[in-house]
Amino acid sequence: MSDVVEKTLSALPSLLSLDSQAGAGKLSPSSKLGNLIKGITELTSKHEEETLIKKELESIKEQVASPNTTMRQMKEIMVRAIYCEMLGYQASFSYIHAIKLAQQGSVLEKRVGYLAVSLFLNETDEFLLLLVNTVLKDLQSTNLIEVCMALTVVSQMFPKDMIPAILPVVEEKLTHPKEIIRRKAVLALYKFYLIAPNQVQHIHSKFRKALCDKDPGVMTASLHIYLQLIKENPESYKDLTGSMVTILRQVVGGKLPLDFNYHSVPAPWLQIQLLRILAYLGKEDQGTSEMMYDVLEESLRRAEMNHNITYAILFECVKTIYTVHPKSQLLEKAAECIGNFVLSPKINLKYLGLKALTYVVQQDANLALPHQMTIIECLDHSDVIIKRETLELLFRITNAQNVTVIVEKMLEFLRLTCDDYSTIDLVGKVAELTMNSVFSLGGDVMQPDIPNNFLRLLAEGVDNVEDRQLRLFAVDSYVSLLQGETAKLPQRFLQVISWVLGEYSYLREEESDPGSVMRLLARLLDQRHTSTETRSWVLGAMTKLCSSPVSVALARDVCERYLYSGSLNTVLRQKAQELMILSQDTKLRARVLPAEGRLESPEVDSSLSFLDGYVSDALAAGAAPYKSPHQRQEDLVQEKALSLEPYGLSLPVSLSSCSITDRRSPTLLSMSSGLSGNSTELSHQEGSTTLKLEGVKRVWGKDGYLAQQQSAGETPTPLVELPSPLLSPQSPPSQKPSSGLEPDQEKRQLASSLFVGLGSHNSVCLVRLPSTVWLFIKNCQSANQSNVVKSLFKPFYINSCQSKNHGSFVKVSGIFAARKSCQTDDSCCFPPQISCISGSPLKEVKGHSVSVCLHTVVMKRASVQVELAGLLSYQRPLGQPQAAQFSLSLSLKHFLRPLTVSTGDYGKMWLSFSHDLKQNLRLVTTEHQEPLTATLDALKGKLHLHVVDIIGSEGIVACRLLQGPGQGQPCLLHCRVHADSLAVWLRSPVPELPDSLLYHCQKALTET
Amino acid sequence: MWTLERNEDTEQQIIRETFHLVSKRDENVCNFLEGGMLIGGSENRLIYRHYATLYFVFCVDSSESELGILDLIQVFVETLDKCFENVCELDLIFHVDKVHNILAEMVMGGMVLETNMNEIIIQVDAQNKMEKSEAGIAGAPARAVSAVKNMNLPEMPRNINIGDISIKVPNLPSFK
Repeated sequence: MSDVVEKTLSALPSLLSLDSQAGAGKLSPSSKLGNLIKGITELTSKHEEETLIKKELESIKEQVASPNTTMRQMKEIMVRAIYCEMLGYQASFSYIHAIKLAQQGSVLEKRVGYLAVSLFLNETDEFLLLLVNTVLKDLQSTNLIEVCMALTVVSQMFPKDMIPAILPVVEEKLTHPKEIIRRKAVLALYKFYLIAPNQVQHIHSKFRKALCDKDPGVMTASLHIYLQLIKENPESYKDLTGSMVTILRQVVGGKLPLDFNYHSVPAPWLQIQLLRILAYLGKEDQGTSEMMYDVLEESLRRAEMNHNITYAILFECVKTIYTVHPKSQLLEKAAECIGNFVLSPKINLKYLGLKALTYVVQQDANLALPHQMTIIECLDHSDVIIKRETLELLFRITNAQNVTVIVEKMLEFLRLTCDDYSTIDLVGKVAELTMNSVFSLGGDVMQPDIPNNFLRLLAEGVDNVEDRQLRLFAVDSYVSLLQGETAKLPQRFLQVISWVLGEYSYLREEESDPGSVMRLLARLLDQRHTSTETRSWVLGAMTKLCSSPVSVALARDVCERYLYSGSLNTVLRQKAQELMILSQDTKLRARVLPAEGRLESPEVDSSLSFLDGYVSDALAAGAAPYKSPHQRQEDLVQEKALSLEPYGLSLPVSLSSCSITDRRSPTLLSMSSGLSGNSTELSHQEGSTTLKLEGVKRVWGKDGYLAQQQSAGETPTPLVELPSPLLSPQSPPSQKPSSGLEPDQEKRQLASSLFVGLGSHNSVCLVRLPSTVWLFIKNCQSANQSNVVKSLFKPFYINSCQSKNHGSFVKVSGIFAARKSCQTDDSCCFPPQISCISGSPLKEVKGHSVSVCLHTVVMKRASVQVELAGLLSYQRPLGQPQAAQFSLSLSLKHFLRPLTVSTGDYGKMWLSFSHDLKQNLRLVTTEHQEPLTATLDALKGKLHLHVVDIIGSEGIVACRLLQGPGQGQPCLLHCRVHADSLAVWLRSPVPELPDSLLYHCQKALTET
Repeated sequence: MWTLERNEDTEQQIIRETFHLVSKRDENVCNFLEGGMLIGGSENRLIYRHYATLYFVFCVDSSESELGILDLIQVFVETLDKCFENVCELDLIFHVDKVHNILAEMVMGGMVLETNMNEIIIQVDAQNKMEKSEAGIAGAPARAVSAVKNMNLPEMPRNINIGDISIKVPNLPSFK
């Protein structure tokens, strides 16, 4: 920065001399401003700045006091005064002159006067009263500019009490012939409404008139008012829904004059405003919501993804759709939109996508599932704001199963950003809230280090206001918890509570009687369900608290019970004894537990050097040297005296489950037992939700993440390997991680632990359920084969073990042993766009075996996406026939293949095709490649296109669509770089193909 | 433009903090900053755009659309560019009052009044016409500035926050 300053300093003198030359003496005030600015830029220290401004203020003071100063000079002086105020120096003596300037100056000087007033004063300033008459006079002026200025200043600041004085005049302006005046009057009235709602109550009908104003600008201004009114009280304005919908429909439909377009989007800000109003109106109101579905859908459709401002509209649309009474069709589209936001490479859109997700997961946590990997990546994003938004999102999907991981992430974030107070405050509260709700749920299953982390978070950090607030908040919430029913609270949570109360109760002591916390703690001791460990925590807390006479008496009471009623636990006895002694001896207490020492962490001599003397004495007396437990254990192993290892389990599956737990974070181990408890319930869901979860399952299957397998499947893969995870328990999935995926491994694990509990299918990772059909449908594309192979692998097994209760993995293994063979047949329903040209039926499947059937599928009619659904029915030898549904979404690109043609042939084909389409697409930019090459490469990679030739700024591309046996139908693309976009011209003999392909191109490029 | 009542010290502090927050952000991060204690809690956000040496910072509450404001800043800057004919930092420094007036035509008392650049320019021009007829030869300094503009200017050392909350030149962090 400093060399920039220097550079400027060297340049400024010449610049300013130029200025004064041009001014040539006549403009002495202007050069005074010039001098001031020059002086400011030449400053090198804060001290110099002070001197300079002081001097300047002196000179201003002198000038304003002089009777010879003209209004024009005054205007210039005001600008200088504004500069001084800007730098933080009071120029209060000039306030009155600013008002005078506004009163007496010509239009131009008046403007500066008003400006100075609005910058210098605030709404409560008494000086403003002097301005009322001026404003009133200007409002009644015939000069439009004066009226405008008055309205502006009124809306910026006006004393609340003086509103009645000018209200009638402002009201009158609502019918002014000039549109700009009406508009400003509406906003001024809105401002009045904000600061003094009662005073404008009688003119609500006039607002309605403004809403119906023939000028769209005035209508837009009135929407500010309605947004506020409807936000406060939606019920009274339901009748406006129809009008709002109509307005939005007209705007979206382009009925406004072209002047209102911004980047060829019709009045985007107006659209945003209307969408927000609709959200308030339609919230929890089905009838009203139904009125707006159509227009919402239209806005979604019209807002093409091409400019920042359309994203703004889309975002608003999505929010509205999720706020009003839900309609599944719209929700789907909105979810897709959110997906686009989250996946966008543009950081602002990503931020909004996360925000939108945060908003919608409250309704449907499963919406976050498709974006797991993106969310994980965002957690490590370099931008703190993105990170924080992600944590906020995670906070919303917290449940008893993933809380540990999420809280860990939050604590990690906290440690990194200790400089940002507001962040600490926010995330601290988040952690706090999570802890309270989840301690009581997750409770004892939780790893001990989580509460410890939490306590450290509370204890760490300087004693600033935020920390204090957080602690006080914790204390307060815990006290109220203890006042309620405590029997259900987990032991570990009770321990945390006692520690916090012991440490920080003093924060609230001013407002409550000192004994209350003690009494609550004593009550805890009395309860039967409180464990011994918790009791000792409680006693510890009491020791810290017994300062007042009330608590001393209480403590003594408690101690006597423990010491004399013959408690057998030595730890408890010792603690009680300590408490007894400390409560009796206040001096000792003050020394051991100094009140002001609470915040300093005591120094701990971890090397235990004070014991050195004792140790050497003991050694000298012939004692054996100390060995650490670890050492002792090693010795034991070496001596083979006793095997501490459990005997190896003979069941193969126990191996697999062990290795699963090895690979996952230890927290998952504890979760699994919680999960298996309700596994029977899950098993019922499993069958019914197969269809719905299919899209997710392909990515997040048993391994947690199947996408990698899928991509591996693009090269021909031995069939046996694919279903193996389920069919051969001897080689559990965890033992065969695909090579080259190691860096992702961690993320996947994280993802599976973060999103556990969001969908019932997640349980697949952990527990084998009875009576379940495992159905894996694989998408396999083989580049070598001449036609597409759509392979549906359906490895499955059916187990008939009816074990209802498996608390552990070992029990689960029994299911594997009891596998039976079964009979199956399958049926697929092919939508009109798809046909099956060859297929093999499924056969009887024996236990431990695989049946594979292959279907070759082609796309008969080009379309963007098709849904292939099927039913797999099967029968066990002695059982009822059963069925499992599956569905597979296939997009056009699954049916596209490169078309290799020469440039000459391309030219001939181009001329013969009749269906064509033109569109501009965005260019992909990379560092190493030309934009055109990069874009075409991206298309080639994603859509299997063949780049025929690139000449200069033009490129030709060809592909074919598999429509039946044989080559398939071609589609040709001609691409040209035009300005910043890629002009694409598609031609094909198939009617729908260019349109559908263009959609995929657009999507592919947006995702890049 | 301060639409809430605050004392001078907080104003200065807010500007300093804002400048501090915004100026240390990288190029490739998002343009939104979420509520600190100073700007009134989590409801409020800072939305900024970075143009060469200038930051334009708007502070808005939850009733505004983030992307909408981002484009509003763009409109504001484009309008400045039109009004000053190829705007540069010097224009903003020497004509603080004009910048304020342009902003007042867009945002009035904290509410978005006009988003159409042409409309804003029409309003500003109407006022300028009056200025010309009144001021006569006062056009000279403008000429000087435009002469200066054509020189190859080094970067100005100061940041100007122009926005909903402020149009002030905060103290330079390099001033010790």
